[in-house]
Amino acid sequence: MSDTTTTTPAPLIIEAGRTERHYWRDLWRYRELLGFLAWRDIKVRYKQAVLGVAWAVVQPAVQTILLTFVFGKLAKMPGGDIPYPLLVLAGLLPWQLFSGAFSGAGNSLVSNSHLISKIYFPRLIVPLSAVAVALIDMLILLVIAVPYAIIEGVNPTWRLLFLPLFILGTMLVALGAGLWITALTVKYRDFRFITPFILQIGMFVTPVGYRTDFLPNWRDWLALNPLTSMVEGFRWCLLGGRTEFYQQGLLLSLAVTTVLVVTGLWYFRKTERQFADVI
Amino acid sequence: MSQPVITVEGLGKRYTLHHQARSGLLRDQLAGLLRNPFRRGETSSATNEDFWALRDVNFSVNQGDVVGIIGRNGAGKSTLLKILSRITEPTTGRITIHGRIASLLEVGTGFHGELSGRENIFLNGAILGMKRAEIRKKFDEIVAFSEVEKFLDTPVKHYSSGMYVRLAFAVAAHLEPEILIVDEVLAVGDVDFQRKCLKKMNDVTREEGRTILFVSHQLQAVQQLCNRVLVLNQGRVVKDTDTTTGLSTYASLNTQGSGNKTQLTLGDALRLTTLAFTPANAAPFEDLGFKLCLASDDDCAVHDLCILLYNSFGQRVAIADLRQSDGSYKLLKGQTLTLHGCFARIALAPGRYSAGLFIKTSSYMADHMELASVEIQPPPTSKLVGYAPEHLGTTVLDLTFSASISTPANFPHA
Repeated sequence: MSDTTTTTPAPLIIEAGRTERHYWRDLWRYRELLGFLAWRDIKVRYKQAVLGVAWAVVQPAVQTILLTFVFGKLAKMPGGDIPYPLLVLAGLLPWQLFSGAFSGAGNSLVSNSHLISKIYFPRLIVPLSAVAVALIDMLILLVIAVPYAIIEGVNPTWRLLFLPLFILGTMLVALGAGLWITALTVKYRDFRFITPFILQIGMFVTPVGYRTDFLPNWRDWLALNPLTSMVEGFRWCLLGGRTEFYQQGLLLSLAVTTVLVVTGLWYFRKTERQFADVI
Repeated sequence: MSQPVITVEGLGKRYTLHHQARSGLLRDQLAGLLRNPFRRGETSSATNEDFWALRDVNFSVNQGDVVGIIGRNGAGKSTLLKILSRITEPTTGRITIHGRIASLLEVGTGFHGELSGRENIFLNGAILGMKRAEIRKKFDEIVAFSEVEKFLDTPVKHYSSGMYVRLAFAVAAHLEPEILIVDEVLAVGDVDFQRKCLKKMNDVTREEGRTILFVSHQLQAVQQLCNRVLVLNQGRVVKDTDTTTGLSTYASLNTQGSGNKTQLTLGDALRLTTLAFTPANAAPFEDLGFKLCLASDDDCAVHDLCILLYNSFGQRVAIADLRQSDGSYKLLKGQTLTLHGCFARIALAPGRYSAGLFIKTSSYMADHMELASVEIQPPPTSKLVGYAPEHLGTTVLDLTFSASISTPANFPHA
C-alpha cells in the first residue's frame, strides 16, 4: 500500500545502462513473486507423480545406499564410530541443496523465457526461486534425517543450533555458482550440457561419501571447494561433534564463497539487461 | 491541465544482426577464435550489421490519453512497448514515467497448465505486479468477469482456448496501474468477449483517467478506443496526431510507393508483372477496369486467383474471384497470363483502397496485400459537403428517394 499512497513518487527513468537505480528496491517489492514462483515450481514438480513429494526422500535414500556401498564397502573408507549411512546422509543434505539449486538455477531463465520476454521484474528472482525450491526439498529430507540419527544412536546436541548458519552458507555457495551458470546458460546453451558434468565431478570432490579428517594429505586441497566446509559443518552439527571440524578450511571456504557470490552478482547484473534480447 | 506522464526523448534501439549462423553458440565463438586468432575484430564486423529498430523517437503522453500505436510489421511498435515496459533497454535516449505502470504484452503470461484456474489467478496477478492482498480483494470480481466459475479448480490445461483467454484477460483487466500498456491482446478471444474487454478498457479510462498505450492492427479497435495515434514507420514516428488523421496517414503509408509493384515473384514459377486499375480515380458507380498479368518462368497451373480489396482500416471489403469455371489456367514456361476486366458500377464508398492478390498454384499459395491502390472519389455531381471518411461505411447505395412535405387540411395558417 505504501507506494500507492505516496503523493509524488519519484519518476521512473529509463535510459541506456540505467536500470540499476531501483534494482534492489524492486527486488524487495517483487518478493511476493519470488514466493509465487517457488511455490509454482514445487507444486508443478510433484503434480503428476504418483509418489508426489515422497520423491524428495526416495532419491537421496537410494543415493545414500549407493554411496555407502561404494565408499564404505567397496573402497573400505573408514567411518569412525559413525554408522556409514548416517555419515553419507549428513553429507548428502548440503550436497542436495547445492545440486538442486545449481541445476535449477541453470535452467531457470531458459524455462521461464516466456516471462523474461514479456514482463519486467528483477531477473535475479528467477535463480533465487530455484534456490528456495532446493531449500524446501532439503528441509523435507532434514525432517527425516534427524529421527534417523536418533535411531542410530546419535542424539542431537547444542551443535544443531548452528545448522542454520551452514544451511545459509550452502545456499550462498549455490547462489554464487547458480548466478554464473544462469547467466552463462542464457547466452551459451552449451552450459545445459556442462552443468551435469560439473555436478558429477562435484559429487566426488565434495566429501559426500567419505570423511576428510581421515585424509590429512588431501584436506587443504579439498578445502578449496567451498562445499567441503559446509559438508563438514553439517556433520559437525548433526552428528554431535563426532567428526572433527577444520576451522582453517572454513575460512578458506568463506573467502571462496564471497568471491563466487560477488562475481556471480556482477556477471549476472552485467548480462541481465540483454537477457530479453538473446533469450 | 493534465501533465505529461510519459516523456520520450531521442529514443533509439539498435540490434546487431548476425549474418552467419548465430554465433551465440560457444562452439562458433571458439571455432571463430581458432580459425582467425588474430583477426577476431575484423571477422565479426564483416558478418554483423546494425539495425535500428527505433530511431530518434520523441513524444509525450498526457494523463488520461489513450494512445494508439500503429504501423506496419517491423515498424518498431513492439520494440517501443518492450522498452517502455522495461523488458529491454534502449540504446539511446531517455524515458521519464510518472506513475505506476503495468504492461500486458500477452494475455496469460506465466499461466501454468498444471495449475488450477484459482492458482493461476494468483500466479498471473503476481507476475503482472499485483499484491497478494489486492488479488484476494478482487478475486470474486475476476472470476465473475471470466465466466469460468465452474472450472476454477480444474487445471487450465483442460480449459478450452476461449476459457483460457477469458480467465487471463479477466486478471489483466483488474490491474489498477495508472499507465497501462497493451499489445495486440484483443486479437484473441471471441467477438463478444473482445467487445466486453473494449468496454471495460473504455470505462476505466473515462472514469479513472487512466493512461493507455495500445498497439493493434485492428484499426477499428484503435478508432473506438483511442483519442490520439502515433504512426510508426521504419523505427520513426511519422505522425503524432488525432485518431482520424493518424489512421488516414497510416492508410496512405500502406499504399505509398506500392502502386506499381511489378515483378513480384510468386513462388518459383510465377511473377506478377502488372496489377493496375483504370481510371486511377474512380467515382462511385463508375466502371473500374483492371489488368492483371502473370508471367511464368516454368510450367505451372494456377488453380485459384482472386483480387482482394481492402479499405483503409485493413478490412477486406470485396474479392474478385478470377477462377475459370472449366479448370485452372495452365501456363507453359515463358507464357504470360493476362486478365482484363471491369468492376461495373463499383459501389465502394469514397476513400482509398488497396488491392491484394490471393493465388494458389500446384506448388505455391499466398495472400499478398498492398500491391496496388484504388482511389474512389466523392461523386463530382454532389453539391453537398461530404461526410468524413470514417462515417461513410464501405458501400455506396444506389439511392433514389423522393421527399414530400404534406400539409394537414386543418393546419393553422399564420
